Amino acid sequence: MDEDAGSMERITRCGAGGVVTKSIGLEPREGYPNPTVVELECGILNAMGLPNPGINNFEDEIKNLKKSNVPVIGSIFGSDKDGFVELGKKMQSYGADALELNMSCPHAKGYGLEIGSDPDLVREITKNVKKSTKIPVFVKISPNLANIVEIAKAAESAHANAIVAINTVKAMKIDLELRIPILSNKIGGYSGKAVKPIGVCCVCEIAKNVNIPIIGVGGITTGEDAIEYFMAGASAVQIGSGIHYRGVEIFEKICIEIESWMKDHNYNKISELIGVAHI
Amino acid sequence: MNYPKITKIIETRKEAKDTKTILFKDSVEIIPGQFFMIWIPGVDEIPMSVSYIDKDIKGITFRKIGDATKALYNLKKDDKIGIRGPYGNGFKINGKNILFVGGGTGIAMIAPAVEKASYEKITSTVVLGVKNKDELFFEKKLQKTGAKIFVATDDGSKGDKGFATDLAEKMLNEHKFDSVLTCGPEIMMKKLHSLCNNIPFQASLERYMKCGFGICGQCCIGKGLRVCKDGPVFDGETLKNIEEFGKYKRDASGKKIPL
Repeated sequence: MDEDAGSMERITRCGAGGVVTKSIGLEPREGYPNPTVVELECGILNAMGLPNPGINNFEDEIKNLKKSNVPVIGSIFGSDKDGFVELGKKMQSYGADALELNMSCPHAKGYGLEIGSDPDLVREITKNVKKSTKIPVFVKISPNLANIVEIAKAAESAHANAIVAINTVKAMKIDLELRIPILSNKIGGYSGKAVKPIGVCCVCEIAKNVNIPIIGVGGITTGEDAIEYFMAGASAVQIGSGIHYRGVEIFEKICIEIESWMKDHNYNKISELIGVAHI
Repeated sequence: MNYPKITKIIETRKEAKDTKTILFKDSVEIIPGQFFMIWIPGVDEIPMSVSYIDKDIKGITFRKIGDATKALYNLKKDDKIGIRGPYGNGFKINGKNILFVGGGTGIAMIAPAVEKASYEKITSTVVLGVKNKDELFFEKKLQKTGAKIFVATDDGSKGDKGFATDLAEKMLNEHKFDSVLTCGPEIMMKKLHSLCNNIPFQASLERYMKCGFGICGQCCIGKGLRVCKDGPVFDGETLKNIEEFGKYKRDASGKKIPL
């Protein structure tokens, strides 16, 4: 969801504290032909190909959404610093409350992970977006990195306000009957329940090495999953695929589950839980 | 699971100009109005409403209009396709006297709904609207149900000359219906919606789809209603609050395009 104002509003009505938009680029992009999304045994595999209406067409969506006072994190993707800067400035002018720099999409040529695996590029892009905007800037990073801590530190050194981890895990499914990869792009990103331990591990490693907040993402479907991310060092969490497992109402359900777990375990504030698993 | 099952086409039938039915084995239960995601390997995967519902055989009926439907049109018996679904909610068929209005390829989805109504001994009146007689299909199939069938063509080559909505308006003025069910061009359905006033109304909408199971957001309308999961059939009350109904849809990039 989250490509249009209506769906983002629905998500917040369902209990989300804010919404992250679909990643928006400079020009309209149709994405890859279908199949772009399938469900596997333990998760969801997708290669959407960053479909989006382009930043100029997105103005209306953000403005419509802001009428209902929803906190909006504008996700943007570019191929270089100039692209990210232009996108960031426009997102800010439309009313976004924060920016998320997508440097981690595993299946889009010239974008995402291709940029996000180079610490110098991550630093340069983040620094320039920070310089040209006033709203908080989050950097979303990939689990498909040998140097994940180095990338997170690069973002921190460029004054990113938070790290978002993780994006989907690079993956493929081959159909046995047809003997071809099911996704039209062949390679996609895996999300859902299967990737939660990967996300928790990445958040934990990053948290031990940076001093900025972390937003945990990956395979969260219950309140206990969210608490696990808090214990790993996340200060907030994002949910996407969980909508499939528990419906759009997942946000409210998870909030209730977090509260009930905290009550049972005598915690008053989430901040008391953040990073407690670090030894 | 939302993963395509590979199956062989067991039969193809030409129904009208550029319009074909493809049949395949599938024993899943279907509510008329539900759809499958049909994978044409190497080409595309597209939503297709179910037009044939038999215990062990299901079918889809479509006109070739784009690359995917052209490729599907050229497939033959024993060719393989992928099927996932059924998806969506389908029509609620109740009342004693239902008016069905099918426009263009929307007739494909209306047909099994009429068959279900007939099976449940509901009196059915069916208005079929097409551009000309060469595009009409399923007339005989629908006659077999015992429903009263009326045809409107834009050029008058068969039945009444004019739009399906003109014919439907006449029916609505002359008879009392408990419910109106429709599938066809959205502008037609919008007009029909405005004619129905207090009569319970259901329309099946079409939007560009990707996942088919409610997560990607490509087909969202109104305040976050997913055509694939919350629809594709919406009732008249819900449609009143969907500002784009009959006005615009979105292309694959999410950009608005007028209908």
